[in-house]
Amino acid sequence: MNETISIKIKQNPDRSLFNRDEESVVNSSGGNHSTVKLAVRNLNFFYGEHQVLFDNNIDIHQKQITAIIGPSGCGKSTHIRTYNRIYELYRNQRAEGEIRMGGQNILAPTVDSTLLRQRIGMIFQKPSPFPMSVFDNIAYGLRINTNGRGSELAGCVEETLQRVALWDEVKDKLWEPGTDLSGGQQQRLCIARAIAIKPEVLLMDEPCSAIDPIASAKIEELMLDLKSHYTIVIVTHNMQQAARVSDYTAFFYQGHIIEFGDTKQLFTNPQHQQTEDYITGRFG
Amino acid sequence: MQSCSLKTRKAIDQSVRVIASLSAVIGLFAIVWILLTVTGRGIGALNLKFFTEVPTPPGIPGGGLINAIVGTVIMTIIAAVFSLPIGLLAGTYLAEIGKETRFAEVVRFVTNILIGVPSIIVGIFIYALLVVPMRGFSGYAGAVALAVIMLPIVVRTTEDMLNLVPDSLRESALALGASRWQVTLNVVFRSAKRGLLTGVLLAVARVSGETAPLLFTALNSAYWFSSLKEPLANLTVTIFNYAMSPYQDWQQKAWGASLLITVGVLFLTITARLIMKRQGKQL
Repeated sequence: MNETISIKIKQNPDRSLFNRDEESVVNSSGGNHSTVKLAVRNLNFFYGEHQVLFDNNIDIHQKQITAIIGPSGCGKSTHIRTYNRIYELYRNQRAEGEIRMGGQNILAPTVDSTLLRQRIGMIFQKPSPFPMSVFDNIAYGLRINTNGRGSELAGCVEETLQRVALWDEVKDKLWEPGTDLSGGQQQRLCIARAIAIKPEVLLMDEPCSAIDPIASAKIEELMLDLKSHYTIVIVTHNMQQAARVSDYTAFFYQGHIIEFGDTKQLFTNPQHQQTEDYITGRFG
Repeated sequence: MQSCSLKTRKAIDQSVRVIASLSAVIGLFAIVWILLTVTGRGIGALNLKFFTEVPTPPGIPGGGLINAIVGTVIMTIIAAVFSLPIGLLAGTYLAEIGKETRFAEVVRFVTNILIGVPSIIVGIFIYALLVVPMRGFSGYAGAVALAVIMLPIVVRTTEDMLNLVPDSLRESALALGASRWQVTLNVVFRSAKRGLLTGVLLAVARVSGETAPLLFTALNSAYWFSSLKEPLANLTVTIFNYAMSPYQDWQQKAWGASLLITVGVLFLTITARLIMKRQGKQL
């Protein structure tokens, strides 16, 4: 699926975006056997008559982190919002094309969007805890998707909070409003809420843009940890973040996928002038 | 040149500030004046008899307005029972389900017109619709008139309050695999519940002071509540009748009733404000 990757690091002082050594670059790009979880083919997207995505083609690899970067308004968020069909909330939005998961086109009207969203979770830009207790925030998804009973539910909530390293911080405030937590804690709560129902794919739409750098670092750490279980797609404005956490990166510009490939490859040896201009900060 | 224009700008800023402040003071002054007058004149009428006895015939001192208090409460409750469920569901339709449809636009438009309809027209309408065919004024007709006035207010505030809930919350719940109805019930309503409660209280406050629609429907009565099919005593029409009467005793009772309604409306409004203020601090 990838073109053969040549390891050719351009000598450019601006290219200190990531701090992995050259050897690991060779290793990870050499041993790429992961399978494709989501295959996006000829995806077009419209707001009313206005087209914002043009023939997007991309393979999202299983249990890898795929970063989507690009300037504001280039269609990054719109793109991942098709993966769980959340755009359907809005009457005038429409997607065309295919997103295949397990041989099924998830954009097909026969696919139930509620069931789809149990398999593809999403974390949003602004932490949005529900107006309920910390415990109920996590339990909500479990309650509506399964008929989880008391004791199982409590165990599940604790396990999930442990998983996002939030348990120690909130174990004494489980019955306090989720909205009382700090911004970073709220966002980890939202991640916990999403993974509680054990989805296969996690979509993250600029999950760190509304929180402070220390909290962001915690979330990045968490993503690397979650990678062993989940396929993650993250939209980010922060190129350093993309370089640090992702295995694959797609560069979007004006609704087109300009370049997609191995993250190190894309950052060190971009094949397109626009990609290079963007990652070196010449526009964006 | 530049300093001159700066001077002009500052002068305009200053005069706008003064005019606006003055207007605020005038508004406040009017309210305080009303409150003081109503309290001063009405407080003397509010004694135990006022709250426990039915009116005496004209000219005979004593008696109270318990029948009118009960009548107003009954009609307001019946009106609320009719219009709250319909209003809340219709508002939910506008904000959550129909939102951008043509039908929702029509409903929204009609609701806004209905809010602006003078209440005396609602009174005439119910008079023609119920009082004439039923051959008599009745508590039912009064309650229906109040319900008609209340309904569009509830629809509108419900829609406004639900629209205050950010879409990110709806998206988050949908993204967990919740159905549209689950999102509305568990997340949107929960998030907007204080706003909704406030809207309900304000709608109740609004209709509990209505007079014109009751003049043509419930009319009034000097007797104890007997049946909703009969004319029903109520505070506002009592004020209207008593204030116009030549009896000083009745006039004082009218002031007392005015004070009672004012305090009731004030209480509902302040409760509503307190509820709204606490929104966000708690669940």
